[in-house]
Amino acid sequence: MYLLMTPTLIYLLVFKYIPLWNAQIAFKDFKPLLGVTGSPWVGFEHFQTFVNSFYFSQLLTNTIFFSLAKLLLGLPVAIICALALHETVLRRYRTFVQTVIYLPHFLSWVIMFGVLLSILSPGDGLLNQIIERLGGQPIAFMTSPKYFRWVVVFSDIWKETGWSTILYLAALLAINPELYEAAAVDGANAIQRIWHISLPGIVPVIVLVTLLRMGHILEAGFNQIFVLYSVPVYSVGDILDTWVYRQGLLQFKFSLATAVGFFKGVIGLILILVANRVAKRVAQQGLF
Amino acid sequence: MLQSKTRDGRWFQIGVGIFLTTVLLIILIPFWRVIVTAFVPLDTYITEGVPFFLPLKKWTAEAFTQLMGHTQFTIALRNSVIITVLGVAISMTLTIPLAYGLSARNLPGRKLIVAIVLFTYLFNPGLIPVYLLVTSLKLQNNFLAVILPPALSVFNTLVMMGFFEGLPDDFKEAARLDGANELQVLWHVILPLSKPILLTIGLFYAVFFWNEFFTPILYLNDGNLIPLPVLLRNILISSSLNEFVEYNAFSTTSVESLKAAGVLITMLPMLLLYPWIQRYFTKGSLVGGVKE
Repeated sequence: MYLLMTPTLIYLLVFKYIPLWNAQIAFKDFKPLLGVTGSPWVGFEHFQTFVNSFYFSQLLTNTIFFSLAKLLLGLPVAIICALALHETVLRRYRTFVQTVIYLPHFLSWVIMFGVLLSILSPGDGLLNQIIERLGGQPIAFMTSPKYFRWVVVFSDIWKETGWSTILYLAALLAINPELYEAAAVDGANAIQRIWHISLPGIVPVIVLVTLLRMGHILEAGFNQIFVLYSVPVYSVGDILDTWVYRQGLLQFKFSLATAVGFFKGVIGLILILVANRVAKRVAQQGLF
Repeated sequence: MLQSKTRDGRWFQIGVGIFLTTVLLIILIPFWRVIVTAFVPLDTYITEGVPFFLPLKKWTAEAFTQLMGHTQFTIALRNSVIITVLGVAISMTLTIPLAYGLSARNLPGRKLIVAIVLFTYLFNPGLIPVYLLVTSLKLQNNFLAVILPPALSVFNTLVMMGFFEGLPDDFKEAARLDGANELQVLWHVILPLSKPILLTIGLFYAVFFWNEFFTPILYLNDGNLIPLPVLLRNILISSSLNEFVEYNAFSTTSVESLKAAGVLITMLPMLLLYPWIQRYFTKGSLVGGVKE
């Protein structure tokens, strides 16, 4: 059995634990010629540089804004969609709607970028055509600092909400059907049924999902923002991950970028452990 | 889904139907726009832009012919297929034995292995340390640079482990009594019983590798190695397209149509795989495991 698992464990050692070893350059002044072990130690210098730079608050604000906005605006939509799918009597239509709304989850953000352009681009974008028809001026949504954040938030909700209904739907299906029968006998209407049976039935899942997302609050969607952003919107769109990429691999500040990545990793680890602890206490169920 | 219907059913049901239809349209209209943009003929595009409805006899596949006729496109398509097939093969080879090993609850040292695996999921040291590893292994301009670092998904491993745990022990015991080693048990007993989960996890890996674009941008600088999503991104952010197709005053299609056609071609394989992926998660076999 151990022999069977050895290749995978060696893989983990090389591709997950060597990077962990390499992360020591966060505390060093990394010079490619000297290598990871040969570069001189500088302690917390890079962390201080980062925390004192004006980027620190900007990046943290953007990162947390994106995570929270996606969660807080996306969650109610997902719950309402799941309830509607659960309530409808049109079985075939329900399956069809499910099929369609899960689909965007499986598409790359590059494809989504193309789809967004067809809606938002100033020339041929559908939304801008409508704005012009109504007598307004076309808006460059993707490159305007005023709108970019909302493009990120709403495009994420558009892409992922359908898929996230799957969990709530599963929880709704797990509710004891006798409860609904009893409610019908007691003359409860649809709203009462949803309010007193369906919603309480999925509260544990809502709590778990929310905690898990809070644990990942520093993961604001690197792939998405990497594809959608551009120089004019860096100030409102830049998150920790995109900044790490530009500093490290475009400007070759390896140590500084690693320090920021390491900082994010440590905070992420703490948050997810706390979230797990809370989940065990509140929902009697861990996240992992 | 609900068996018992209450008296107030009708108006409520109409409301629910309208709501679901609205959601459906919000998802479908953007795709519809991309489709019309890809098929709109040049003269219509010049006179009236992209119409919402295009008369049936006006649809033209000119943009597709131009894109597919270009070697860069066929090369990128080939690269995407290689990355996806090789990626799925490597990922499954790494995932299956680990998931099988961890499904043996009484294996001595199991807790340690779980800790080793779980820690890689919980703590991510970031982009640069992985980049340094890949460059030190001299993997730039090698598909393995894109495939190996993300090859093992802890989440997929745990889902598969859960499935293996649910299989009856009798078969395994019988095979072991016949003198089979663990590899033989896994190969001859477990895997034939696990086709649904193998297909599901395989498809999830396939979707992941097909959609990858950041690591290819990072590690594959040779233009002949870039996969489809990277080519699509280059097409989408360029204004002239001259580097991709011979586009000039004599062209028979618009830049916008070419971009939209690129989007649709990149999407197509996912659309073809989708019914298979979808079959499994609507049945609910995955639902218990999906946490995100």
